[in-house]
Amino acid sequence: MIPQIKKEIVTRLHWLDEDEFIDILAVTQSAPGPIAVNLAVFLGLRIGGIKGLIATTFGSVLPSFIIILMIALLFQGIQNEPIFVAAFKAVKPASVALILVPAVSIAKRSGMTGLKFIIPLCIASLIAFTAFSPVYVIVISIVGGILYYGRKKE
Amino acid sequence: MIFWQLFYTFFIIGLFSFGGGYGMLPLIQNEVVVHWNWISISKFADIVAVSQVTPGPIAVNSATYIGYTVTGSIWESVCATTGVCLPSLIVVILLYVFLQKFKESVWVKNALKGLKIGVVGLVLAAALVLMTPENFVDYKSWLICLISFIACYKFDVSAITLIAMSVVIGIFLY
Repeated sequence: MIPQIKKEIVTRLHWLDEDEFIDILAVTQSAPGPIAVNLAVFLGLRIGGIKGLIATTFGSVLPSFIIILMIALLFQGIQNEPIFVAAFKAVKPASVALILVPAVSIAKRSGMTGLKFIIPLCIASLIAFTAFSPVYVIVISIVGGILYYGRKKE
Repeated sequence: MIFWQLFYTFFIIGLFSFGGGYGMLPLIQNEVVVHWNWISISKFADIVAVSQVTPGPIAVNSATYIGYTVTGSIWESVCATTGVCLPSLIVVILLYVFLQKFKESVWVKNALKGLKIGVVGLVLAAALVLMTPENFVDYKSWLICLISFIACYKFDVSAITLIAMSVVIGIFLY
């Protein structure tokens, strides 16, 4: 969902530039809850104030809500249909790719290339393969950023 | 009062789950399957599968679906969905106000720089978690993943187009 939001807001509508969008993405990703909703709330406020907030919040939740209700009402057991299972097999790897794209573009844009990319890779392995909580990652990155970049300035 | 229980449970899930949809799923499972016993684990797996392929945030999708499944009432869906979204609304508004006020602060700027590294790690983790044998069944899966990545990253193909294409490819291949 995030690459799609970025494409609309930055590339098509030019409401924000890419750097500001990435800053906002970093902030909203560190808040609890569904990232797409967090991002919608922040972008709505930033671009259109309270009215924008109402528009983006409902806009981001309502389609999911309606579609899921229809599926729950009409298509009980759809997930066992052979055609659904087949389609699903290709959709899953494609959606993993869609998750990777914003990670790589944020990394590139923030100068995390080459060897510096090892830090986010280590964080990712830590979360994926051990029970390390994302909350600690967020706290450590914030404190680390303040200490590391703050010290360098002096 | 199942209305209140659903709302409260999903509010807590929304408030304490970090790392987005895939980070939220274990918490939802724990509350809904283990703690409250509202649905079985196999029903939960079905709901996750449907939520993944349906457009929209996965946490919102599963909240809506679980809300409906528990009692078969649309109002339960509304309760669960509102519950899972409300903490986002409150927390993000507070964050926005805070950041507007301290935008120029060096501390905030440095914190953001550090945060970006952490967030890249979080997003990569979400992808890593999904690279399981159940999701990547054979070499074709890896190929689809690689091609989709290149198409989206280098050639700016939209997510909607990619998902639609992979639906067709999936039906064709499997």
